Amino acid sequence: MPPPRSSAAPTLAELRRLTESAGGAAGAAGPDAAPTLPFGVAGLDAALPGGGLALGALHQIHEGGPRGRYAATAVLFAGGILARLDGPVLWCLHSRDLFAPALARVGLHPDRVVYCETWRDAEVLPAMEEGLRHRGLAGVVGELTRMALTPSRRLQLAAEGSGVTALVVHRLCAGEAAEPEPSAARTRWRVAPAPPEGIDRRMDRRLGRPRWRLELQRCRGGAPGGWIVEACDAQGRLAIPAVLADRPAAPERVLRRAVR
Amino acid sequence: MAQDGARRGLAGVDAAARRLGLSPGMSAAHAQALVPGLHLVPADPEAEAQALARLGLWCQRYAPIVALDPPDGLVIDITGAAHLHGGEAPLLADLAARLERSGITARLALADTPGCAWGLARFGAGGIVPPGGAADALAALPVAGLRLGSEAVRALQDVGLTRIGQLADKPRAALRLRFGPEILFRLDRALGREPEPLTALAAPETPRVALRFAEPVGARESLEGVVADLCARLVPELERRGLGARRLDLVFARVDRLDQAIRIGTARPSRDARHLARLLAERLPLVDPGFGIEEAVLAASRVEPLAERQISHGATHLVAGPQAPDLAALVDTLLVRLGAARVYRLAPVESDLPERAVRRVPALAAPLGAVWPADLPRPARLLAPPEPVMAMAEIPDAPPLFFVWRNTRHQIARADGPERVLGEWWVADAEADLARDYYRVETEAGERFWLFRDAPMAANGRWWLHGLGEA
Repeated sequence: MPPPRSSAAPTLAELRRLTESAGGAAGAAGPDAAPTLPFGVAGLDAALPGGGLALGALHQIHEGGPRGRYAATAVLFAGGILARLDGPVLWCLHSRDLFAPALARVGLHPDRVVYCETWRDAEVLPAMEEGLRHRGLAGVVGELTRMALTPSRRLQLAAEGSGVTALVVHRLCAGEAAEPEPSAARTRWRVAPAPPEGIDRRMDRRLGRPRWRLELQRCRGGAPGGWIVEACDAQGRLAIPAVLADRPAAPERVLRRAVR
Repeated sequence: MAQDGARRGLAGVDAAARRLGLSPGMSAAHAQALVPGLHLVPADPEAEAQALARLGLWCQRYAPIVALDPPDGLVIDITGAAHLHGGEAPLLADLAARLERSGITARLALADTPGCAWGLARFGAGGIVPPGGAADALAALPVAGLRLGSEAVRALQDVGLTRIGQLADKPRAALRLRFGPEILFRLDRALGREPEPLTALAAPETPRVALRFAEPVGARESLEGVVADLCARLVPELERRGLGARRLDLVFARVDRLDQAIRIGTARPSRDARHLARLLAERLPLVDPGFGIEEAVLAASRVEPLAERQISHGATHLVAGPQAPDLAALVDTLLVRLGAARVYRLAPVESDLPERAVRRVPALAAPLGAVWPADLPRPARLLAPPEPVMAMAEIPDAPPLFFVWRNTRHQIARADGPERVLGEWWVADAEADLARDYYRVETEAGERFWLFRDAPMAANGRWWLHGLGEA
């Protein structure tokens, strides 16, 4: 029997709440009560459920642009998120090229980061899971080349259980397709360097604050979108570029890719 | 000097005496005739045995199973323990350096079997024999390298068998008939065809608990239960003495007497039974239970005083700040799984050279508070070593206009620099005239790179790419 028209709206809201809490495993607190970390960028926070990045969940960060193998921008984006959380961080390395002074410059103090050298995906995943079981941590970062659905579920469950945030920084192998696999992660981001706009190039050849093109490609319960932001500052905060900030430009929409 | 009946002979000589032509086994009268004024000390076998046992206990820092090989040998079973010291070669180097520092002359060899290592240390060059290489390593050694009695050696030499390699391809039945079973037995042990149980040395004061089983156990689950049980029993013992375990040795006595040992280390003294059991369980897959395990012995071979800390838990939380107290459990687990060298924190070094700006500190070291200078932008990824690029600049000391890296041309839109970095001549002479000019550059697409020229343009400086991404 179809429900009476008057109660359609509450039923829809109820359904949405049900589906969301079914997605998050235990759902003890519900998605509304789950802590989030706002980015401080209005359009970005509005697109995320709860007004910020969900803590105690798994997030994937891909590097856009041609230098996906190094994921240099993605690393800084991850560092900026953790810089704004309290507590130690476990960083599972995939190779020896991470340069710690850069992380310190986005606000992640070296005293807070414990590194472990996990050279292969097969070592990174258990090390991340181990870290995610320890409630004292602010977050766990793992540099991975690829993550299948099952490991992502394990990480997501471990993160939910302890409230520790998990960030996976994807490092592309040479010749690997950039199209991501299905995963249980709460959000998937793509970060790429972006050229500064609105500056006359001939007049000014000096460097300003780097800009990133930040795409929220997938977000459970949120709206995908894309933004041009200024890179993390010394406290790990993103910002809207000054030239764009004055304009009420709507965030450019990104084509939603088929996932799963 | 040792008294053997009426004959007085030399039991051992030091390096100076060896240079004078003296050797063990010489009669005392002969030696005194050769070297007038020779200083003879009566041998004290008992004290020597005690010293050897003390040295053996000290060697337990390397592995749980250390056996005495009197009068002058030690056998260390490093199976499953080498990774804690960074591998076999670093372990051996560390052992050699420490022995040398304490004035002990030692010959070290590492091989698949105790017999092979014995022969190599005494009659060969020592060093490390790769797995499966025992036969090749022993072939050139004299037959005495098989731990044979002097009669057996003489009997072999009488028929011209002087090298172990010659024995290996002789028909076994004939050897047994002619020389008895001992030679074949020793040969088989040295080559690993015959097992060789070791009697592990035990320090008397080490906290230790043991479990004996009525029926041999072997299943993985039951071993996990055994580990949990042993830890639960060890903890009250540690508590009573006010100690915390820094290192645990778990020895499984197998039915066939081939003991299996695992060792774990903790970053901080611990008395948490569950934590210790979890660490040990991490290494359980390395244990081969064979036909079953009869007895399990858990010993805290390295302990440190540990006061009651549980009550002050809240207080440490406040003092330690962001360094949550339970980080030790996580770090221990990772240390056990990955090895000691692979879990660390990074700390700043006051060096202008980017390669030297970072040093490793233990993961649980107290917070240092130091950060790299905030006004120097640095790349997120540092290429080691820097990769050569082709770059072109308009005028000397100006940032390049473009560069070619891995066959890709990058047009530079904006740049900053140079930042002059000078070599540290006090570290290495070769760096005295090292001068790099670093440029931060941004391509048309907004990508940031970190380039440097290793000398001024006038001096034909070449360009290198050192980093990607920037904060």
